[in-house]
Amino acid sequence: MAGKTLYDKLWDAHMVRDNGDGTALLYIDRHLVHEVTSPQAFEGLRLAGRKPWRVGANLATPDHNVPTTDRAEGIVDPVSRLQVETLDANCEAFGITEFKMNDLRQGIVHVIGPEEGATLPGMTVVCGDSHTSTHGAFGALAFGIGTSEVEHVLATQCLVQNKSRAMLVSVNGQVPAGVTAKDIVLAIIGHIGTAGGTGYAIEFGGDAIRALSMEGRMTLCNMAIEAGARAGMVAVDEKTIEYVNGRPYAPKAKIWEQAVANWQTLHSDADAKFDKVIHLDASSLKPQVTWGTSPEMVISVDGRVPDPATEHDEVKREGMKAALNYMDLQPNTPMVEIKPDVVFIGSCTNSRIEDLREAARVAKGRKVADSIKQALVVPGSGLVKQQAEQEGLDKIFIDAGFEWREPGCSMCLAMNADRLQAGERCASTSNRNFEGRQGQGGRTHLVSPAMAAAAAVTGHFIDVRKLG
Amino acid sequence: MEKFETLTGIVMPLDRPNVDTDAIIPKQFLKSIKRSGFGPNLFDAWRYLDQGEPGMDNSVRPLNPDFLLNQPRYQAAQVLLARENFGCGSSREHAPWALLDYGFRVIIAPSFADIFYNNCFKNGILPIVVDAGQVDQLFKQVETEEGYQLTIDLAAQTITKPDSEVIQFAIDEFRKHRLLNGLDDIGLTLQHVDDIQAYEKKRQQEAPWLFRNV
Repeated sequence: MAGKTLYDKLWDAHMVRDNGDGTALLYIDRHLVHEVTSPQAFEGLRLAGRKPWRVGANLATPDHNVPTTDRAEGIVDPVSRLQVETLDANCEAFGITEFKMNDLRQGIVHVIGPEEGATLPGMTVVCGDSHTSTHGAFGALAFGIGTSEVEHVLATQCLVQNKSRAMLVSVNGQVPAGVTAKDIVLAIIGHIGTAGGTGYAIEFGGDAIRALSMEGRMTLCNMAIEAGARAGMVAVDEKTIEYVNGRPYAPKAKIWEQAVANWQTLHSDADAKFDKVIHLDASSLKPQVTWGTSPEMVISVDGRVPDPATEHDEVKREGMKAALNYMDLQPNTPMVEIKPDVVFIGSCTNSRIEDLREAARVAKGRKVADSIKQALVVPGSGLVKQQAEQEGLDKIFIDAGFEWREPGCSMCLAMNADRLQAGERCASTSNRNFEGRQGQGGRTHLVSPAMAAAAAVTGHFIDVRKLG
Repeated sequence: MEKFETLTGIVMPLDRPNVDTDAIIPKQFLKSIKRSGFGPNLFDAWRYLDQGEPGMDNSVRPLNPDFLLNQPRYQAAQVLLARENFGCGSSREHAPWALLDYGFRVIIAPSFADIFYNNCFKNGILPIVVDAGQVDQLFKQVETEEGYQLTIDLAAQTITKPDSEVIQFAIDEFRKHRLLNGLDDIGLTLQHVDDIQAYEKKRQQEAPWLFRNV
């Protein structure tokens, strides 16, 4: 019998019962809750007279709607304010732990879960947010769910799921300096397409992935959903265990030893069979920039905007034309000639301490170009912000002309006041370049934090390695 | 949840791949704490010429005449014909809520994004996967024939065209069963309370660190 994949192991360990109809009842260890996708779920519980099954499995924080400017005034937009107040009221009523807007520990759910040790290896982690795949970096089975399933988890601590197929994306070779996890995952999406992972759980493996930090692995797994896969994961190794050790909700003492012994089994067996295997050579990768309105529309920074005329598939060709029209780009334009108006460094993809360090390294001693209307740095959590300030990163950014903000989702999806105006072009470290994602009529180019900082200080896209 | 058995309805074509959930219902409308009322803002950025915000009177906003949903021939459409990877992007259930609130009960596409596909079934919407060649043909027929309708029979797993040609489609048995009967998932799961409790007891012995309360 073939060995098990990491996904098999996580699946099997959480199966409460096989429903016999192709689905299983899967136990959920951790449920992260935010203000946007939970109000209707709490309302559903209330209408049915139900209570949370295991209240201590839930952790909540507001992130999508919170202002990133001074919070002394509260939330100005009454609709946003009501949604955050509704989360506060629901958490209070049902006894769920919440890091409220002015709590130092508040932040983007996918940043605070790992930061607090609320995300642990071997867990099933869900949240009403597609970027829940982030937590797979810890050898966890983590995926986004809709509001009906949020209610289902609250009420039963379980979900009815059918098992995905298993895909291995194996990335090997020495990652060139200046090429980051963001570039690796954008290149993977460019290679397999935004629907390439649909129906699969992706495990990222290979020596290039092993070489990534936990922050890098989170960036990678975060964007598994952009390849169509609900879940992305990386096997547990020493880096995983070291990252978790000492976190507030991590196990301690004797239970820690027991947990570590268990976590060390969280990898695919050598003879495990995957339904699909993709290989990528990391040594040939260059920094990536998206040119269109789907994350698969991506190219190396030294490339040119593709020409739809060269695409044979009619549906794809029309899609490219629509994207170039929306992005106001001409075919064959060198990517380095494209000039953003706004730079956004943040989001659940790239707002952790390592991301901020990489961007600060580029910003240090330089100035944001005059042509840039706004350059925002939005840390992923209050604790990331605090650490960055202890390291002096805030000063580097501010001296260079960036705005240093309070934590939240911010301009990744523009549900708060941080948004692009129609026609504005943004170099963004976020995860989606969809039409209107960062503000109606706004144009998004996805890049790594270092590449975003490089675009900020030069006023155009540039291979960050040329800045020295 | 409203059950789904059969439906005969006007087909509205949306001829672009990778239609994402931000396009289906833009983020500013996700601030609602309700489950209903999203229909007027379905495809908001494509449908109207101005920038939509919550609380606007949508009946007086300028419509984009080029967006097919605004054309008289597609009014009261209940079947959405789409291209591959429909519903990609976020997990927002507001996307199926908006489609349902507008009146769509069936979506036909060569492929769907995973979370969106799953969310549809929680709301009485039937997403049907049909191969790209047949979808192409449907697009051609819808465009040439005004008032083009399809009949969808979930029990028989068929789509019947006006000329009586039948397309057979596949669907998971459990999803079909739940949708046909409009079953409440939570109620079904709570029939297995004993199994959940037994699992928790065993698991707490094996992996106590998973049960630490936050």
